[in-house]
Amino acid sequence: MAFVSGLGVSSFVGRSVSVCRGENGGSVRSGKGVWRMKTMEEVCEVGRKRSGNELSGKVFVCKDNIDTDQIIPAEYLTLVPSVPDEYEKLGSYAMIGLPDELYETKYVKKGEMRTEYEIIVAGENFGCGSSREHAPIAIGAAGGKAVVAESYARIFFRNCSATGELYPWEVAEPIVDKFETGDTATIRFNEKTITNERTGETIELKSLGDVQPVVDAGGIFEYARATGMISS
Amino acid sequence: MFGFVSGVGVAGLLKRSAASSRETCGNGFSRGAPVAVSAPQRIDAPSLIKVQQPMTITEKILAKAADKDFVVPGDNIWVNVDVLMTHDVCGPGTIGVFKREFGQDAKVFDKEKVVIIPDHYIFTADERANRNVDILRDFVEEQDIKYFYDIKDRSNFKANPDYKGVCHVALAQEGHTRPGEVMFGTDSHTCNAGAFGQFATGIGNTDAGFILGTGKLLVKVPATMRFEMNGQMPDYLLAKDLILNIIGDIGVAGATYRSLEFAGEVIPQLSMEERQTLCNMAIEAGGKNGIIAPDAITSEYVDARTSKPYEKFSTDSKASFYADRTYNLADLEPVVAKPHSPDNRDLAKNCRDVKITRTYIGSCTGGKIEDFVAAARVLQYQKVRVPTFLVPATRRVYDDLHQYKINGQTLAEIFNSAGCIDPASPSCAACLGGPKDTFARINSAEVCVSTTNRNFPGRMGSKEGQVYLASPYTAAASAITGYVTDPREVYDFDSNKRHPAETFASLEE
Repeated sequence: MAFVSGLGVSSFVGRSVSVCRGENGGSVRSGKGVWRMKTMEEVCEVGRKRSGNELSGKVFVCKDNIDTDQIIPAEYLTLVPSVPDEYEKLGSYAMIGLPDELYETKYVKKGEMRTEYEIIVAGENFGCGSSREHAPIAIGAAGGKAVVAESYARIFFRNCSATGELYPWEVAEPIVDKFETGDTATIRFNEKTITNERTGETIELKSLGDVQPVVDAGGIFEYARATGMISS
Repeated sequence: MFGFVSGVGVAGLLKRSAASSRETCGNGFSRGAPVAVSAPQRIDAPSLIKVQQPMTITEKILAKAADKDFVVPGDNIWVNVDVLMTHDVCGPGTIGVFKREFGQDAKVFDKEKVVIIPDHYIFTADERANRNVDILRDFVEEQDIKYFYDIKDRSNFKANPDYKGVCHVALAQEGHTRPGEVMFGTDSHTCNAGAFGQFATGIGNTDAGFILGTGKLLVKVPATMRFEMNGQMPDYLLAKDLILNIIGDIGVAGATYRSLEFAGEVIPQLSMEERQTLCNMAIEAGGKNGIIAPDAITSEYVDARTSKPYEKFSTDSKASFYADRTYNLADLEPVVAKPHSPDNRDLAKNCRDVKITRTYIGSCTGGKIEDFVAAARVLQYQKVRVPTFLVPATRRVYDDLHQYKINGQTLAEIFNSAGCIDPASPSCAACLGGPKDTFARINSAEVCVSTTNRNFPGRMGSKEGQVYLASPYTAAASAITGYVTDPREVYDFDSNKRHPAETFASLEE
């Protein structure tokens, strides 16, 4: 097989992959170096983004038009999301492109691999710009689980459900002024609400419709298998 | 008001779509405007008579690709894919999804419909970037994929017979952009190909992996926003001015989920390269695709590059539009998009107080040969005051720089005499920053006038950088003065007649 083992996976169920560890990810083709088995399940929570009706976590607040260059700058796009350790590294760079003067608090602390903010609250047109799937993946790989925004760019929204990385909730009213970074929020799926636990205010979410079960399942392929659309 | 004709669209709108709501005029559409698309007309006709449903060009292409007689905006349909394009940034991940979901031994749906173009991070020492091109090559060999524009010797791109450069321009030059077809690409500027009357849009790795395995994709039919531009194109304007004006009017989310159709008297005045500049930046307004009805100019370009048959569609006069705007070209002026958003429009002449530290002419939207012809026209017999970087989109453009002449000088000679930095190897280069050693990457608090398509914070590298998006005329004029400059300030367009861009022979003596 000419194709490298590091990218394909023998089984989609376990999402297990053999990876060559090393600085910059190393070469997965060489067969030299230290090889170890690492599963996507160790680093990836897709399909397990929520348990039960509630999703609680700390909130990171963004403004309007957060584009994909701010979510994951292009210099990190050499990381291939289907390789577990590169997936993990993508997470460590999530939101690193936000301007420092506007965002003193970092989404992922320097030196950390994961974020403490599971919910992003944002304004209009979140995820505009490039089609890079690395964007929702970076947030998801960092430990992000949901975004609550006034609106989304089309490709980012689709990539959220295609990958199952994020619940891309929309709200009818501006929401960024109702939260501060560091607040704790609770999203209730059945009620379709988000509550700011600091202020006690509850805001209605627009229905995710058919997108919600796709993210629940862990992306479009897992959903299609779970529902019998494609054979497993 | 940038020439926006107030009240526009209203008359045409009523004529075309009784159910459409009016758009607000001036600074753009009111957000959250109701989707104003008329429902299919109910006509009680004898069943033997086939009812013709008025459709836009985008709707017609999607209907054909879905084997349907007609579609309406909002329909979710499965379409057959004619071309899937991927590159070195998203190709490896797409291949990873394909292998994971369809199995290690799976074969792609059609090895002649997958086009793989390394172009983003090529001339870099970054090991992972280099590895990603190797991954593409392995996959192409494994799958026997027909169209792969490979590069192995990064020290000299000319040593690689197959290497082309920036995917969107290479797709056109290699005959992959054909009217009436459906193209998906793992790059948001795939909408560039709409210039050829093709439905073309960007997708993520997972959707691309799905297409690799099945040749199909589920899409929602977008409502169409029509932009009609009439009158004679002033000599000092380029397509970049038109699209920056449109984005400035409707905003970076003004066309989210919609198709942008460009029409009017301007179209026959635009070459295929200028049409690509218009469609390329549909995504900067959030659009799903940009499109222009193919005409004789389209056929001439396409027929010279492919022998594959294609079908030309056009929008019916009674088709329905989400919005219908009219512009009078004579009212428009050279514009820039100021930092840090493509819709932050201002007249170039209003920004004379912005001192710049560099100029960049390159990318899919601003590195075609006509972009360089335009820049050379202004730069001839002049000197630049700031470092001026030239990145031809493709190998063909690079070669043409050394062949096309204005007043007896090749473009390369003109740029050299003006003091520009020698043209770089063709690739995406600094348009999107990239690895730290990328040519012309902004690594500090530079102020750059650029012919590229995005200026979000950090887009060309450092977050400290400031990028002003502009036409090649404006970029060249700014390079001469050292500040953001309306090209009319340094070049007498009245006494120097423009050569028709589409007939390059006239440039040569």
